[in-house]
Amino acid sequence: MPVMASAAVATERWSILSADRVRRGASQGAMLLGVLAGLWALWEGFKWFGEAVDLKIGVFVVDDRTLPHLHSIVARLFEPTAVGDRLLTVLLEAALFTAKEAAVGFAMGAAIGFLIAIVLVHSGLLQRGLLPYIVASQTIPILAVAPMVVVWLGGRGLPGWFSVAVIAAYLTFFPVAINTLRGLQSADPRALELMQSYAASRWAILWKLRVPASLPYLFAAFKISATASIVGAIIGELPAGIQDGLGGAILNFNQYYASSPDDLWATNLIAALLGLSFFLLIVLAERLIVRRAPEHVA
Amino acid sequence: MSTTAPLPVQPIPRGTLGRRVGRSLGDWAPAALVFLLGIAAWEGLVRGLAVERFLLPPLSDILRTLWADRSFFIDAGLFTFKEALGGFVIGSAAGMLVALVLARWRPLGRALMPYAIAANAIPIIAFAPITNNWFGLLNPASKMAIAAVLCFFPVMVNTLRGLTSVPPSSIELMRSYAAGEWEIFRRVRIPNALPYVFTALKVATVLAMIGAIVGDYFGGSQEALGIQIRRFAGIFAFEEAWAAILVASVLGIGFYAAVAIAERLALSWHPSVRGSQE
Amino acid sequence: MSRRVSVVSLRGLSKEFSRGGVVALQNIDLEIAPGEFVSLIGPSGCGKSTLLRVIGDLVEPTGGEVVVNGKSARQARLDRDYGIVFQDAVLYDWRTVAKNIALPLEMGGWNRGRRRARVGEMIELVELGGFEGHHPWQLSGGMQQRVSIARALSFDPSLLLMDEPFGALDEMTRERLNMELLRIWERARSTIVFVTHSISEAVFLSTRVVVMSARPGQITGVVEVDLPQPRNAETRGEPRFFELVTEVRERLRAGGLDTAGEGGEEELIAAEEGL
Repeated sequence: MPVMASAAVATERWSILSADRVRRGASQGAMLLGVLAGLWALWEGFKWFGEAVDLKIGVFVVDDRTLPHLHSIVARLFEPTAVGDRLLTVLLEAALFTAKEAAVGFAMGAAIGFLIAIVLVHSGLLQRGLLPYIVASQTIPILAVAPMVVVWLGGRGLPGWFSVAVIAAYLTFFPVAINTLRGLQSADPRALELMQSYAASRWAILWKLRVPASLPYLFAAFKISATASIVGAIIGELPAGIQDGLGGAILNFNQYYASSPDDLWATNLIAALLGLSFFLLIVLAERLIVRRAPEHVA
Repeated sequence: MSTTAPLPVQPIPRGTLGRRVGRSLGDWAPAALVFLLGIAAWEGLVRGLAVERFLLPPLSDILRTLWADRSFFIDAGLFTFKEALGGFVIGSAAGMLVALVLARWRPLGRALMPYAIAANAIPIIAFAPITNNWFGLLNPASKMAIAAVLCFFPVMVNTLRGLTSVPPSSIELMRSYAAGEWEIFRRVRIPNALPYVFTALKVATVLAMIGAIVGDYFGGSQEALGIQIRRFAGIFAFEEAWAAILVASVLGIGFYAAVAIAERLALSWHPSVRGSQE
Repeated sequence: MSRRVSVVSLRGLSKEFSRGGVVALQNIDLEIAPGEFVSLIGPSGCGKSTLLRVIGDLVEPTGGEVVVNGKSARQARLDRDYGIVFQDAVLYDWRTVAKNIALPLEMGGWNRGRRRARVGEMIELVELGGFEGHHPWQLSGGMQQRVSIARALSFDPSLLLMDEPFGALDEMTRERLNMELLRIWERARSTIVFVTHSISEAVFLSTRVVVMSARPGQITGVVEVDLPQPRNAETRGEPRFFELVTEVRERLRAGGLDTAGEGGEEELIAAEEGL
């Protein structure tokens, strides 16, 4: 009897859940449209207001040069450039190039960060010796080293895009190392004792307990690193003098900002979308891999 | 006649100073050792193995260069630091204000939260050329603006989190005292948010420095640190470039440390500050 | 000669949560007289915590009438007629023990001198001398809960609402705090409504035990506890104590202990209040 009752409750719950899910999906879609509309209204409203009252913030004035109409930025994407192709095509190629640098850098940085965390979790001495510097290095503006990295690796005869990937890796590595270490240490002490009661080897404890426990932390780091690797790739292209990526495109269109500001805005729009899609890729991977409540990890 | 025996509890004894120093010595000795070894290895390897100077000059050479041109490096550092500080103050203040508003109108805040988090995924620094165009290449305001936008999102998101992640019973308690919305903010939400705010402010110091320095890579004043780093690297003046990077690092660490000290003072009640295992 | 006015008077009270349509309370009638110690006991999800919060005007009922001290529950809350103690002590980490106890006094506009004097009395009452300057996380769970009780009593409310205040404590601490609570209750002569999971705790403390059943939350019986006052360590050994414990247990069993898919009352309350 009670079993049946609970089964009935369970099915009832499921139907509520799926109905809820549909409703939630619809309301989230509406929300997205609402936010986009809100942003558009804010932008155009501010522009209209600024132009109407001749708003001045220091030397900043509101006009079509500082704040182009959003529709003209989007429309610009579909107009041809001097080379002939549509701007969108040009920018997507650049985005792909930058994405390659960022992805290679992300993979290198994540692998190195993960390995370092595994070494540190097994040595208290190394942890106390090195961790303060890993943490302290987070407080220095690492991108300041970017020009030096380019000179360094360029001098070794490596291709320019690889130097950029190294800069991206550099930015990826820190969050991954720190968060993985925290995650590896987050395993429940009682679960550790349980493993020890099985006389489990360090290796078994690492793969059966510590690494699974660290996954939510790892993904939290990946989300930070995904953006950081894109930032590293875009910024790295500047001193490397690479023309094929988004960084190069930004630098290029920056020169023509006075005459056609839409180009630079459109490029930044694509850069923003690239960052977002990297981030969403990680979120998607997390959904597929981590089948636990992920919200409980900062 | 009391029905209960006197309770056998005593105030928890504080750890003695000696024991504390002893423990922290044990904690810090490996780090100090690594520091000394690292510097020795740097000097030794670079000189001993005759590493090409453009890879990494010996630390002593960098420091000598820094000392010889100290007023130049300090001026450039201060110029950039002012930009970073301005952006930090503007961006953080705006972030906290917006968080307060969103926390007051919870449904709005809850609906916008995912978008604020997603905004963190945008490579904001890439917008530096636009602020350069807004305020002028040589105007510090252009770097302040980009630094401010960089600081805004993490401070806003974390402050909002701190203001809203209050245990429901804490709010019920205030309601049982007939407290109004403002009093709940003042007595519960804001104190509860402070640790979150400081965590974000520490992150923001780094972002502000990055905004000020990297903003220069898209063009900026000759007085600024980022421009100098790029220029020195471009003309293969490695001692000078590393000296400028060193200045940037020291300023970054100092900025971070200043906020960390402010945190310690403001959160003297917090377990993490007092050391919960007394 | 006139019948004394009830401190709490509930008539035809019901509460349905908007989320999922859970009926937490159905047709509750209850009168609580001044000086009574009434325990609410029942399985998880029977609505006893909701009932307590309805009395405190922290949750709004969907039907029926609530009168506290002869006025509406809302007015009673605005007049600060009751003190409340939760299962977690709900102390503010940024306040010392003394300042936590002083919180309701600050909000009630007491001046500094009166506040200090009253906090001193309260510290003495709950025997926490020497801990005034400590922060909550430096105290054990039992000590935290004593601070919470001192805070609830500090402004002399005529009514004390307690939501499983000792539920998270170990058995030994719990029995000691039970004794302390009785001593405080005798001295302060206040009225206490006490939510608990423990049958023996309910019988030991109360003058009346209200037994509830789940889905929907209803009162299935009231057991008058005629054990002599003041109660002490021997009380738990008396035959009458065991008889009463058995009676409460029987009534709980009659109401059905099984609560398939128990609702998570607190979650529902939190969602309802938009917390």
